[in-house]
Amino acid sequence: MSDATTAGVGRRALEEAPVRVVSARDSLPTRLRNLASRRELLTSLIFSDIRIKYKGSALGLFWSMLSPALTLAIYYMVFSIFLKNGIPNFAVYLFSGLVVWNMFQNSVNSATGVIVDRAGLVKKVSFPREILALSNVGAAVIYFFVQLTVLALFLAAIGHQPAWGFLWILPFSFAALYLFTAALSIVMSAITVYLRDMRHLIEVVLQLWFWVSPVVYSYENSIAATLHSHGLASIYFLNPITLIILTFQRIFYVSTVVHSTTTGLPLNILPTWPMSTYFYLNLGLLVIMAGLFLVAITVFGRLEGNFESEL
Amino acid sequence: MVSVIEVEGVSKQFKIHHERHQSLKERVLHPRSGSTEVFHALRDINFKVADGETVGILGHNGSGKSTLLKTICGVLQPTSGEIRLRGSLAALLELGAGFQHELSGRDNVYLYGAMLGFSRKMVDAIFDDVVAFSELEQFIDTQVKFYSSGMYVRLAFAVAVNVNPDILVVDEVLAVGDERFQAKCIDRIRHFQREGRSILFVTHQADQVRAICDRAIVLNAGHLIADGPVQDSLRIFREHLLGDAAVLDTSGTHADVAIDAVTTPTGSFQVRHGAAMHFDVDVSTRRAISGNFVMEVFTRGGLLVSRSDPQGSPVNLRPGANRIGVDLARLPLLDGVYDVNVGLVDPAGSNVIAWREQAATMQVIYEGREGGIIELSPTVRQ
Repeated sequence: MSDATTAGVGRRALEEAPVRVVSARDSLPTRLRNLASRRELLTSLIFSDIRIKYKGSALGLFWSMLSPALTLAIYYMVFSIFLKNGIPNFAVYLFSGLVVWNMFQNSVNSATGVIVDRAGLVKKVSFPREILALSNVGAAVIYFFVQLTVLALFLAAIGHQPAWGFLWILPFSFAALYLFTAALSIVMSAITVYLRDMRHLIEVVLQLWFWVSPVVYSYENSIAATLHSHGLASIYFLNPITLIILTFQRIFYVSTVVHSTTTGLPLNILPTWPMSTYFYLNLGLLVIMAGLFLVAITVFGRLEGNFESEL
Repeated sequence: MVSVIEVEGVSKQFKIHHERHQSLKERVLHPRSGSTEVFHALRDINFKVADGETVGILGHNGSGKSTLLKTICGVLQPTSGEIRLRGSLAALLELGAGFQHELSGRDNVYLYGAMLGFSRKMVDAIFDDVVAFSELEQFIDTQVKFYSSGMYVRLAFAVAVNVNPDILVVDEVLAVGDERFQAKCIDRIRHFQREGRSILFVTHQADQVRAICDRAIVLNAGHLIADGPVQDSLRIFREHLLGDAAVLDTSGTHADVAIDAVTTPTGSFQVRHGAAMHFDVDVSTRRAISGNFVMEVFTRGGLLVSRSDPQGSPVNLRPGANRIGVDLARLPLLDGVYDVNVGLVDPAGSNVIAWREQAATMQVIYEGREGGIIELSPTVRQ
């Protein structure tokens, strides 16, 4: 009975049904439309990945909270007792950068091999292949929000107020982070099909990348002066992650200048830009990253054609 | 009539690397080495499938039929040409290809549904039907890694046919599963046809094409060599199969054998039900050959009524013209028109030496009241 009804609907709609075209190369708008039309698949893949990860573990997704909470607790202990670097509340500083870095690193690391790993699927089922990389980014986004929650709880626990006035810049910064991470993940997943070394290379590159981003050290305090004297500051900011991390630190760590807990001298921790500068820089970055995302989709489309013979 | 699939000038080339350099070191050391050869899997294919049509794609291994199917489903991009699709499409290229072993059957139904392009809500609506069709009620919450291969296939097939796509693409998947489940799948496919949906069906089993399809397409070495009524396409398919067999056989014997004619002494193929029947098969061969005679009888609807034992009727042919006489003592067929295919297979009964599709068309006259295709005449006692 229900079959007959759906069939009837299907028959009537068929004349007006959109025509899908499979051709040698899809245009960018077509690719984006195809991607958008498969949102359900993306969410299915993200949640099945998470479900598989915690399959059979009693605490499930709770682990994803426990592990960053423990990391935060350890940093708090270590930097306030053993490794005093003079920066007060260093755990907050460190963790606000780490939240950004973890999302970026987890995505790129897992997405790099995803097409090779799921060759069986790629060769047998039709869907926009970018979705595989995007599902890894999506899973990382979920952990990102879990970690952000942990950070918020931690801030509440120690009574540390974030910069409420800056908070509205966070979505722009996060959007830029998402687009950059997605762009790199998509391109890397396609390149790895042709060059299997990428998987190992990216691990090394990411390690290096971590240290050129101001996560465990303060940009202003450690290297700003040296870079400025050599005129290299602008090169340092070519790393898109830097601005995003600085914005997160500005929002959650708040203070730009603090008094050292060891010497009592003032320390420059973060750039003292006004709110408008943070906003315009993030907005500019967002626009560039959106462009980069489109480039990534185009590059992926070019590389996708020969997946079949390489996998 | 709206066409749901339009294939226009589709070609597909693959680059075959004779030496693959997939590591960075090898690429740097051998930037342009490793010869590549271009393999033409499909050459300028054109055809259309109308709404409600069931089209079979025939071809032997390496003929390009799977490549064609994959391009239609969008798994592969054509090198040139275009395919236009109207309506939703569910492809059964490899059953369970999208399954995640760690997840339960239930989760996989949703995931697979999403891969086929159906929303969670749509899968919710058909979930019970899927489970009922797959007969996996007890195991639906078990991880699929514990499924047997039959269970795996049943679940995947159940999802694909229950999402009610406008176009169903089936690639030789009916070869799996037990006989009862196969019958159930065929039944579901027929139900699909009655609803007026379109089906694209790939196989090398001629029987299935005859039983299900309205039209058949034959591919050979990437070329479309036939597109038309099932009987005509099947004839071309079998003839090409033989042509290729001759290429493979170095002695060239097989190409020398031909079935010239099938005749009856009266010249008529009109037979009365229950009567004896005799016909002659004229075979010419250039060298002595021994094999087995095989005959098949089909209804006009494409149902195989009978195929004789491929090892049961040995014949020894002398060079030149030969005549094989065939006697049927009592024809049990009921009223109707039947197609007769005749052929010779090798003594082991596995390879075809010569074949003639639709060698004769037989008309059976029956005056009784029994219906169907074959007489059973049950004796009833009380």
